[in-house]
Amino acid sequence: MTVAAKTGNEAMAEAMRQINPDVVAAYPITPATEIVMIFAQFLADGLVDTEYVPVESEHSAMSACLGAAAAGARVMTGTSSQGLALMYEILPIVSALRLPVVMCEVNRALSGPINIHCDHSDTMSARDFGWIQIFAENSQEGYDGTIQAIKIAEKASLPTMVTTDGFIISHCMEKIEMLEDKDVKNFIGEYKLNKSVLDINAPTTRGALDLQDYYFEHRYQTAEAMTASKNIILEVAKEFGDKFGRQYGVIEEYKMEDAERVIIALGSTCGTTKVVVDELRDKGEKVGLLKIRVFRPFPAEEIAKALSKALVVAVLDRSDSYSGQGSPVYTEVLSALFNSPSKPKVVNYVYGLGGRDINTNDIKSVFENLKKVEDLKDKNYLGVRM
Amino acid sequence: MSKKLLGVKELQMGDVLDAGTAIQFETGDWRSRRPVFHKDICIDCKRCWLYCPDIAILLDENKKVSGIDYKHCKGCGICSYECPTKPEKAITLEKEVK
Repeated sequence: MTVAAKTGNEAMAEAMRQINPDVVAAYPITPATEIVMIFAQFLADGLVDTEYVPVESEHSAMSACLGAAAAGARVMTGTSSQGLALMYEILPIVSALRLPVVMCEVNRALSGPINIHCDHSDTMSARDFGWIQIFAENSQEGYDGTIQAIKIAEKASLPTMVTTDGFIISHCMEKIEMLEDKDVKNFIGEYKLNKSVLDINAPTTRGALDLQDYYFEHRYQTAEAMTASKNIILEVAKEFGDKFGRQYGVIEEYKMEDAERVIIALGSTCGTTKVVVDELRDKGEKVGLLKIRVFRPFPAEEIAKALSKALVVAVLDRSDSYSGQGSPVYTEVLSALFNSPSKPKVVNYVYGLGGRDINTNDIKSVFENLKKVEDLKDKNYLGVRM
Repeated sequence: MSKKLLGVKELQMGDVLDAGTAIQFETGDWRSRRPVFHKDICIDCKRCWLYCPDIAILLDENKKVSGIDYKHCKGCGICSYECPTKPEKAITLEKEVK
């Protein structure tokens, strides 16, 4: 185990180096550019033997990833925001063909207006494309999550994206613990697709027309695989924890045992919230954080269980779904609670759009507002100027 | 439908099929225009055979162009477009009538 100072992008690029995928196809976009740029340097320095495909757009990047994965390669890519949006057409085809492509995704606001900073509107827009989605709180989780994602994707036969928060994690240098190259190699093991289009002795057709007769069954299979992937994620996390000492789940409960007022968040905001929880706990306030690490598959049962003693809950959404109702995380949390025996009062806070800073005072104000939750609307905006 | 359709449990995941299944799929019934082969005009240059995207130009036992595979021809007309004979083409496109 080596301790190193790495930004989120450097940490993910290092994970990619240690994974040494067969194929990487990518197109640069802020703030994810560095991931594939640093990886390209590793290739130029002879540290990996990957086939690197420099393409002319993200649409081509994901198409090349799909083709390479169908040919039996272990494939990775990286992107962000508009780049992810340009991949949208191909993303659900990758999951339908059950190809375990792994993507390092850096959360960035979707245009428009044009913006390069962090929010989750890009990733949340891709939430129903059959990709497993793992959110990292810091560089360490981005690094660990990327290594785990290879194994998860291949076991679940589903593509997986690991996300960090643009600039807040991607460009922030932190201390991380890196695994030894050989340990990563042993952990992920050899990959072999059982049926490859390029096997000349047993060639296959992939992605053929699938009409009224079979489309429904194939979609069912993918939905079932997504449901089943939760246990795979937990198994891989357990193996990782046993071997390397860092424990992960689909959610993380922080001082939740007797928490009455709870914040639910994803990504880097969880770190900020933990600081506030510690501070308020020192004053005797019963507050807690429920971090959602895995958004797809959505850990509904775990969330309902974790909230069984909570009285009031604020769901922090770093994207606004323009739904005329709550934002993505809020609506899913409400669904998770609807059939559960205990139902705390739950409100939504949209925050941090386009990289608007969220600091400890903002989080404190949310916990404070939860004391008089009857004054709050179902959907609230944190820090927007009226 | 007489053919038994597979259920979720029997069906291979990921829309994977054997290779070469296009031959079982009779795309000819999409056709709205029908290429008609005129043997007396044909000079057997094989341009039609080379350009056809559906491998629907038939060759006889002597490898000479002998007609159209209407089960698979989608009626795109490339064969007729590429046919070099003048003043009349050895493959003409006609309206499909059923």
